[in-house]
Parts: sequence; structure tokens; C-alpha cells
Amino acid sequence: MQREYTSIAEISGPIMVVEGVSGVTFEELVEIELSGGEIRRGRVLEINRDRAVVQLFEAAQGLNLRQSRVRFLGKVMELGVSEDMLGRVFDGAGRPIDGGPPIIPEKRLPISGEPLNPYSRDYPNEFIQTGISVIDGLNTLVRGQKLPIFSGSGLPHNKLAAQVARQAKVLGTGEEFAVVFGAMGITFEEANFFITDLRKTGALERSVMFINLADDPVIERITTPRLVLTCAEYLAFERDLHVLVILTDITNYAEALREVSAARKEIPGRRGYPGYMYTDLSTIYERAGRIKGKKGSITQMPILTMPQDDKTHPIPDLTGYITEGQLFLSRELHRKGIYPPFDVLPCLSRLKDKGIGPGKTREDHAGVLNQLYAAYARGIDVREMAAILGEAALSKTDRLYWKFADEFERRFIQQGEYEDRTIIQTLTIGWELLSMLPRGELKRVRDEFIEKYLPKRAEEPVVA
Amino acid sequence: MATGRIVKVAGPLVVAEGLTDAKMYEVVRVGKERLVGEVIVLDGDLASIQVYEETAGLGPGDPVEGTGEPLSVELGPGIISSIYDGIQRPLEAIQARWGAYIRRGVEAAALDRTKKWGFTPKVKKGDAVSAGDILGIVQETTLVEHRIMVPPGLAGTIEEIRAGEFTVEETIGILKDAQGKRHELKMMQRWPVRRARPYTEKLPSTELLTTGQRIVDTLFPLAKGGTACVPGPFGSGKTVIQHQLAKWADAQVIVFVGCGERGNEMTDVLMEFPELEDPKTGEPLMKRTVLIANTSNMPVAAREASVYTGITIAEYFRDMGYSVALMADSTSRWAEAMREISGRLEEMPGEEGYPAYLGSRIADFYARAGRVICLGSPRREGSLSAIGAVSPPGGDLSEPVTQNTLRLVKVFWGLDANLAYRRHFPAINWLTSYSLYNDDLIPYFEKHVGAEWNLLREEFMRLLQIEAELEEIVRLVGVEALSPSDRLKLEVARSIREDYLMQSAFDDVDTYSSLSKQLKMMQLIWRFYELGQRAIEQGVAIQKIIELPVRERIAKAKFIPENQFEQSFREIDRQIQGEFESLLAGGAYAARVH
Repeated sequence: MQREYTSIAEISGPIMVVEGVSGVTFEELVEIELSGGEIRRGRVLEINRDRAVVQLFEAAQGLNLRQSRVRFLGKVMELGVSEDMLGRVFDGAGRPIDGGPPIIPEKRLPISGEPLNPYSRDYPNEFIQTGISVIDGLNTLVRGQKLPIFSGSGLPHNKLAAQVARQAKVLGTGEEFAVVFGAMGITFEEANFFITDLRKTGALERSVMFINLADDPVIERITTPRLVLTCAEYLAFERDLHVLVILTDITNYAEALREVSAARKEIPGRRGYPGYMYTDLSTIYERAGRIKGKKGSITQMPILTMPQDDKTHPIPDLTGYITEGQLFLSRELHRKGIYPPFDVLPCLSRLKDKGIGPGKTREDHAGVLNQLYAAYARGIDVREMAAILGEAALSKTDRLYWKFADEFERRFIQQGEYEDRTIIQTLTIGWELLSMLPRGELKRVRDEFIEKYLPKRAEEPVVA
Repeated sequence: MATGRIVKVAGPLVVAEGLTDAKMYEVVRVGKERLVGEVIVLDGDLASIQVYEETAGLGPGDPVEGTGEPLSVELGPGIISSIYDGIQRPLEAIQARWGAYIRRGVEAAALDRTKKWGFTPKVKKGDAVSAGDILGIVQETTLVEHRIMVPPGLAGTIEEIRAGEFTVEETIGILKDAQGKRHELKMMQRWPVRRARPYTEKLPSTELLTTGQRIVDTLFPLAKGGTACVPGPFGSGKTVIQHQLAKWADAQVIVFVGCGERGNEMTDVLMEFPELEDPKTGEPLMKRTVLIANTSNMPVAAREASVYTGITIAEYFRDMGYSVALMADSTSRWAEAMREISGRLEEMPGEEGYPAYLGSRIADFYARAGRVICLGSPRREGSLSAIGAVSPPGGDLSEPVTQNTLRLVKVFWGLDANLAYRRHFPAINWLTSYSLYNDDLIPYFEKHVGAEWNLLREEFMRLLQIEAELEEIVRLVGVEALSPSDRLKLEVARSIREDYLMQSAFDDVDTYSSLSKQLKMMQLIWRFYELGQRAIEQGVAIQKIIELPVRERIAKAKFIPENQFEQSFREIDRQIQGEFESLLAGGAYAARVH
């Protein structure tokens, strides 16, 4: 039963109030027909007796209190999915924009998804080789993980994400990922970069792109990631593909969320963002994972630019509490010309311990990564101390650490945009760097591994 | 029961009219799918209901039906090893019936109604019993003997008691009360989650909850029946600490509440715990564990309830006379759920949008912990320790959830992002953390580990404090400006940090240290320190001491398995003495620095 009303009482920003309605339900999909016949969509945010508050998915421009017709469709918003979506480009609301024919859906799925039963999840533990040393060696990504990139404006997070999309494979099987890409409020150049890069490397064939540009309606951005994940879930759990989801930029998404919340006059939480932003973000991020008995998986790599590089800002903060680690980019290293400019110390992959070790990467991996971390942390301390006290105040060991930190940045962190290192190459570079330090300093690696992997040298570094 | 009609739906909040005899906190069934909800505000003819499931598809006019019952949990054999959602629906059964996604309106009994349990009576016909008396036992798992108790509020004479195999709903006996009314006794009882279960008397906490985590047991111990909080920014290792405590704490029953956190973390527990062995019995740890999982993407109102569900189950096992430990990860998500509901109710907000009653709710929760004399006979003692993780936004401890929690808990394990960045785990900051049980536990340590424990702990704390002061000086003028004795202090403090406090949760050996291993490790470090100071007094250059080969052995002592430790400890101890003797004897009197 379709019910049509012309009783819009109020339109304010992305919020519309319709009065005199009956039989309307919460979260129901709404269509608004403009006088010219154009259709806009929205959903019911609140229903109070005969008064429905509707959140528009698209711009409010051209809506009119008397002439626009509002229809309540009796269902939630759905996305028609099919395997033919691979290789296609859609806008932020799911309409093809690549000039190709419309998708003939194999089935229609509600875009909000349902929570996955924790009992049905399978634990992510398969190592993904991205070919990037800092990720593979120190912050290992595993299938089914959600690992965001915390970046800042002007940093090369897009290049990095494209490199991951290009290079990621599960070791041993060589299986490549299908990439589902969601752009929210990014510029034409950025979107174009991804499309061109994926096309150039032939990866576009196994990609689906949903693109909401900076000049597209802000409000569409709230739907975009949900379309992306609905498509990803279909490909992963019904079509057995391993899917890598890249979402950029979550900051634009959160701002759209704030806009809706402000329009509803809700009590704001920190910095004006709604108090339920944690829950809302989790309904995006938690849609990564593996399911027992299903072959496919969803690995998420959301990108967000931290306003003023501030990691205590609510967007990175709440994200960090939900995702399984985070990769930070550093403006300082970027200025030094190091790509990828990872701020290594605060980077973390919570699931790395399950994805590394014998049979997955190599037996010495855990020890090497802890040792590299500890040594680099100390090297940075020394570098800071030297800036205050001068080099003369440093002990010989300290000087070795300083040198280690410099070399670590130059050889381990830095690599080419098209350089695809195997995990063995990454570990070898790690051991070469560790051999700069006196052996007694290598407390975090087991002796047997030191014997086996530490490059032999003519003599120990001299410490006085 | 009167049936009402929905008039308003806003997220997890539904307002209904016509529920004429609804009571506060009564459970109601909402909509055609009979979603579970709870009445939280009554205003004239209107009842505000928080719904524990997704409310999409509900609209005005849909029916709301009262049940007359408050939100309750089912208590009886079958709880252990289960994983429940926030309102005690068994997730395993839900998957079996409905698949990988949690559909709305699913109904499944918390306790399996068909499974038979072997019941052995401990009372006989004619016995006078009262609430809390143990009627008999069921061996629920190899680790937990489930004691069936007379439900609170019931007393009388046993008219009949049966032995054998029963389901939780079958009658195991008949009790005749003082009025001559007969009550059927069953293994299952129900209890409203928002009400604390009764006990006879609360006792001070004087016994250690051994956790096998060195920084916790040595520096900031938790007593059985005590309360602790673990606040820290993301990535500082809250969850790993909670998991470590759930694995190794020497409680008899563990209740782990995953409240608004990651789904994969619950999966991790589910997969790992059946594999891990209890260090005392060698049995899988899952056989003493109950999991409550309401992950961040599950309905927000059920998250609010999950903490109460967890603590009620914990109290039930405490009443049997067990030591129970409850971990809630994270209480901030619980508070946020309260905030969300409060916002939808359009209540006047307190600090940062949290409801004004936030403090009292947190207090109610932690007050349910404690060491008690249980209700009923035989006389027994139970304890319930509560450990809550707190996730302060931006790591800022001045926020309301942390502050309200700190007012109540007696142990504070403050996590430090900077320690985590350098992979110092557990990232508990030794300068800001505290335990108010330290003094209460001195006699315990004296009796069970040795008087030296308390002395060494104080010395360790002192050295760490001195280190922080010396670091200030070093930052200004460099390490060379320190006296040899101070430099040794710095070195030993570093050894305490790196070789003792740092502990890997992922190393098979290091993940757990017994108290006696902890004491011996402390002794080794302390021996080195004392001999080092003596050597410096006799003019040995500090560099020689720093370079002694035995230091590497001290550093790696933590990786020596418990059963070989005694032997290795003696060897290392001898080596320390030997090396210092040869330093002194070898004429290593270097030119003095000063």
C-alpha cells in the first residue's frame, strides 16, 4: 500500500516534517516527488503520532511545502546487488555514473545490515601481504580486520590506500582482493586518481566504486558507506570473494552526521558531534569480518583526516576505540620526503599476533617487530635529547640508537610507491638494521633467532 | 495484562499509551514481532519504553503488551561456558536457529530446557531450610560445582527431595512454608537484574586475587571482593589486560561482559578460552567462564542492560560461596548507552550530556562487588570482584565516567599511551596508578609468600620514583652529570621496568607468573642492585657493572618456565655473586669518574 501526502509542514536543512500521516513506521524509506517529477529519497527518523520526521538522503533544493508529494514506501532502504557490479562506478546514492547500463539486481538487501552474532564470527588470522614494510612487518593486517589510516590534509593517504588495494594478497594463495571503494566528499581529483590508478593496473575489473564528491549533496554521505558495505557483504558472503573496503574520508561522513543531528536540535556531545556517534560509526566498522562457514571476508581500511592532526578529536578518537588498530601518518616524515610517511610509534594492529609467526610469516616475526619498535622508540628519545643537550652528552650506545632511528626511517619505512616487498624482504631489512646495535641490546628476540637470522659481522659494534 | 498502543518511535525509545497498569522497569513486548522492551518512564497515560532490539519497522498504532515481570535473568545449571547477549539470550542457540545475523524478535530460553543435569541432594526430608541454604549440587562443568540454593524469600521444611537427572524446570523437591503452603523446588530461579541479590554480611577484603600479572600483583594488587578500574586511551591495551585477568585471575568463576566493544574480541575469547588451561587444574578456562556479549553494533539499550545481567549472574555464583570476578569492557559504552536513552527522553543533561544520575548508577554497580558471608547454610564466604574498563574520550581522565568511577573503586590501573607506543605492556603507569588494598594485603603476602615481598615492593616503588626524578635531571644536563650510585639506580630502575614490569601476554611462559616466581625475580634484581651499590662504594666503575653479562640473564629470567625456575634462580643468583666477586678481585678499580 502506498500512501501519498502533500502535507509537508517544515523543511530545515536535511530534515523534513510531514504531518497527518498514518501507518508510518520507524526507518521507513520515503520518496519525495518534486513538482517537476524528480524523485528524492529519505528515511523516517522519528514518528510521533501523525507527525513524521524525515531525514533526506539528497539535497533539499527545490522541495516545496505544498507541491511536493511524499510517499512512504513501507520498506527500509535497499540496494539491488549483483555480481555485475564489479568493474562499475556509482554515485553516492548507488546510481551508475560510468555511462554503463543500470544493474539488474539479483536481489535487494537492506542497506543498514543486521548485527553479526559474535558467536558466528570467525577470528581473523590470515596474514595479508600488502608489500609495505611498516604494515606487514610491524602492524600486520589480517583478513577480516578493520584498520584505519589516520591522516591529515595534504598527506599521501590516497596514494597509500591505492598501493594497498593494488598489492594486497594473502600469502601462499596469491588470491587477490575485490576492492569496494566508497568516497565521501572527496574532490574530483582524488576520485579520479583512484579510478585511473585502478584502471591502469587492471584492478578496476575487480572493483566497485561508490563516489560522492565534495560538490555532491552532503546528506548522501550518510548512505554511501552503507551502500558500500551492503555490496561488500554480498560479494564476500554470498559470492565467496575476499573484499577489501576502502572508505575515504570518514571525517566528511561524521560531519554530515553532525549536520543532521544539529538540524534535529539534539543535545550535542563533544565538539558538536552527536552523542550516538560511537554507535553510529560502529555500525559501519563492525561490518568487517569473517563468518564461520563462509569463504569470503571483508577487510576494511577507512581513511580519515584528523582535523588539525589532533588524534583526540572525536572522529579519530571514537574510530580508534572501534577499529582493530590504526595507522598514523606523520607530517614530519612527509616533509622529510619519506613515503609512506608512517608515524610508526602510535601505529598498532591489534590482530597482528594472530596473523604472524611460523606457518604464517616467519617464526622470528614477533620478536623482530617488538625489537624494532623498542629500538626506534629509544632512537627517537635520543634524537630529542640530543636536540637539547647536544651530541656530546650522548653515550656511545645512545649514538648507535640515534643512527638506528635515522636508518630505520630511510630504509625500513621508506619505500617506493610501486615497490612490493615480500614479508621475507621486510624481515631481512629489519635484521640488517638490528645488526647496527650491540647484541646485548636485543632483549626482545629469542637467542635462537638471533643466532639464526642476525647477519654475521666481522666484529661487534664497540661500546665504551 | 493491558495492551497499549505505540504513539512515538525515536531510535531505541518507544512511547506507548494505554498501558494502564504498567510498572516501572516492567518488561513489555513491543510491536507485532514482540520485541523486548522495558518501561523506564511513566507519565500519565504514557509509558516510555527502551527497546532492546532494532526498532525499524515499528510505528504508531502497533501493540505493546505488558508482562508484569521486571527484567530478569534465569539462574541455574547451564550458565557456565555460555555466551549471552545483553538480555541473556543465548547467542549459540540463536545462531543455530537463525544463522549468522541477529534477527529481530528472536526468542530463546537462556537455560536449555531439555538438558538433564545430575542432581545430588544435600538436605533430607524434614530438614528446616531458609533462603540461600544449599539443597544439593550439580557438577556443571569439571571446574564448577553448581550449588542449588533455596531461592531468596522462601523458607520452610523439606517435604520431599529427589536425586537423579532433571531438567532445570523439573521439580527436585517440595518445600512446605510456615503457612503450610507447598512450593515446588526447581533448579532454576529468576532474579531481577536491577536488584542486588541479598547476603548476610559484608566483610572487608583481605585476600589477594592473584592474577599472575607482575605489575598488578606486586605493585597494585586487587583483593578478592575488591573493585578496580582500567582507564586508558585507545590502543593502550585495556582489552588485553581484561583478557589476561579473565584468563589468569584465581577466581572460581569469571563473568566477562563485552559491553559495546568489538565483535572480534568476543570471538577471540570464545576461541581462545576453550584452548587455554587453568594453571591450577589443567582444565580449559572456558569451563569457569560466562560471557555476555553486546557488541557496539548491537542494539544500544541492551548494552545498558548487559552490565546488570552480568553482575546478577556473578552475584548468583558468589552466593554459592565462590570467589567470582567480573570484567566489564567497557563501562564507558554502558554510560554512553545511558546517555543516548536519556537524550531521547529529553531529560535535562548533566556533564557532557550524560544524565545527572550517571554517578549513582555507577555507584550502584560497583557497590554490588564485595566479600560477603552468603545467605543460608552451610556458612560460607563468597566474593565478587569487579573490574571495569573505562574508555575516556581522547584519553582525558577528567571526563565524567572516569571521575565518577574513581570515586568508588579502590584500585586504579592507569594506562599510558606513551608506554604503549614503545610496546611496554601492560602499559600500566607505575607512577599514577594506585591500589588502596596494599596495606590490607600486607599480612596476606607475609603469610603466603614471605615478608620479603612487602619490603621489595616498597624498594621497587621507591626506585621507580627516584628514577622519575633523576630522568628530569638527565633531560636537563645529561646522564654523565649523575653520580655512579644514581646511575646504577637508573639502570636498575630500567631493569625493573623492562625485565620485571613488562610482561608479554602473547608469550606462552611470560603470560603468567606465580607469586613465588615474582618474588624470586624481584630478589634477583635486588641482589644485583645491592651488590652493585657495594661495588661502587669500593670504587668499581659504573660502566663495568652495567656491562656484566649476568644482566642479560636477569632480563630473560621471565621466559624461564615455572618448573625450572627454582634451579635457574639459584644459578643466576650464583652468577651475580660470582661476577661481582671477580669485578672486585680482578682489580677492576677504574679511574674514578669524580
